[in-house]
Amino acid sequence: MPTEWTVRAITRAMLPVLLVLTLVELGSGLVLGSFEAQLFRYPSLLVLVPVTIGTAGNLGSVLAARLSTSFHLGTLSFSPRDDELAGNAVATLALAVTVFPVIGAGAWVATLLVSGDTSLALQRVVLVALSSGISLAVLAVVVTFSSTYVAYRFGLDPDDVVIPVVTNLCDVLGVVVLFGVAQVLV
Amino acid sequence: MTVRDVAVEAYKEALPALAASLVGGLVAGVVLGGMRAELRAVPGLLVLVPALLATRGNVYGSLGARIATALHQGLIEPRVTGGDERLRAAATAALANGVLTSTFAAVVAYFLLTLLGSRVAPLPILVGVAIVAGLLSGIVLTVVVVSVVFAGYRRGRNPDTIVGPVVTTTGDVFGVLFLLIAVRTVLAVAGVF
Repeated sequence: MPTEWTVRAITRAMLPVLLVLTLVELGSGLVLGSFEAQLFRYPSLLVLVPVTIGTAGNLGSVLAARLSTSFHLGTLSFSPRDDELAGNAVATLALAVTVFPVIGAGAWVATLLVSGDTSLALQRVVLVALSSGISLAVLAVVVTFSSTYVAYRFGLDPDDVVIPVVTNLCDVLGVVVLFGVAQVLV
Repeated sequence: MTVRDVAVEAYKEALPALAASLVGGLVAGVVLGGMRAELRAVPGLLVLVPALLATRGNVYGSLGARIATALHQGLIEPRVTGGDERLRAAATAALANGVLTSTFAAVVAYFLLTLLGSRVAPLPILVGVAIVAGLLSGIVLTVVVVSVVFAGYRRGRNPDTIVGPVVTTTGDVFGVLFLLIAVRTVLAVAGVF
């Protein structure tokens, strides 16, 4: 049943979910806080934060929306040989490989233009973005497939559950992966 | 369809939305990179950033989706008359939920950081920043989401496909921009007392 259009009804439907998601996001905030010094020292890494989080969330939510639709249309089977699953996984990886080098180069140029800072070389920032992107694409595929499967096993509508879960989980993974990659490469 | 067909279709469908939000994300990043002084002045603020940005996306994405569905069902007219009770209720609820959730994030972050023994700004500063940022970005995002979805619908576009990219792009940009304005305002006011 759709939610009634009153402030009270909308709040009752939304607020609990929002509060839980906030706790999850604070987890990624703590990770971000833990490498604060590094982020302040290399501003191009700080510039990467919102765009990496956002793109990771988008990769996950696009994939989740497509799987939900296939699921409702009955064209999805949870077999490793399923063409829908494989095709969407390949597309997610290809999107990441296309977009993340642009993100890295964009972050480097933007940092240069705004603050004249080149403490990290262009290739280094592109490498950080691309490595994070590929890891995030793989994680997005795993998270989306498993949450769609869990929703299906529990008889839940993937539209209601999977998209918010996947988007916010990918947000968190975005920060965690960026942190991990920065430790290795910077 | 073969794996290749599915992959090509999915790729083409998603690329424009990803490209749009990429631009928004980079602009947001530049603003965030430019507010290092404020982030240093208010310890704990960086910890709040993901939660505040996600709240914008969740609250105003849901508002947009709700309006898009209502347009499809003919529940509301694609026109801002100010008199539509449903639209007013949905916008008020979004604003209230956004501010409440931001405040909750600030309070929990304060106690978490205190518990962990990390350096953290006084509670009133963090809560003040969360409320001012939530209120200002909420007002602007409500206006943007409602007008873009209405304008798109009147031009014959499917509002469902507009909402996502619009909210992710503007949510990040206005989210960080008003965070900066909020920090400066709260620090200025706190400096007076």
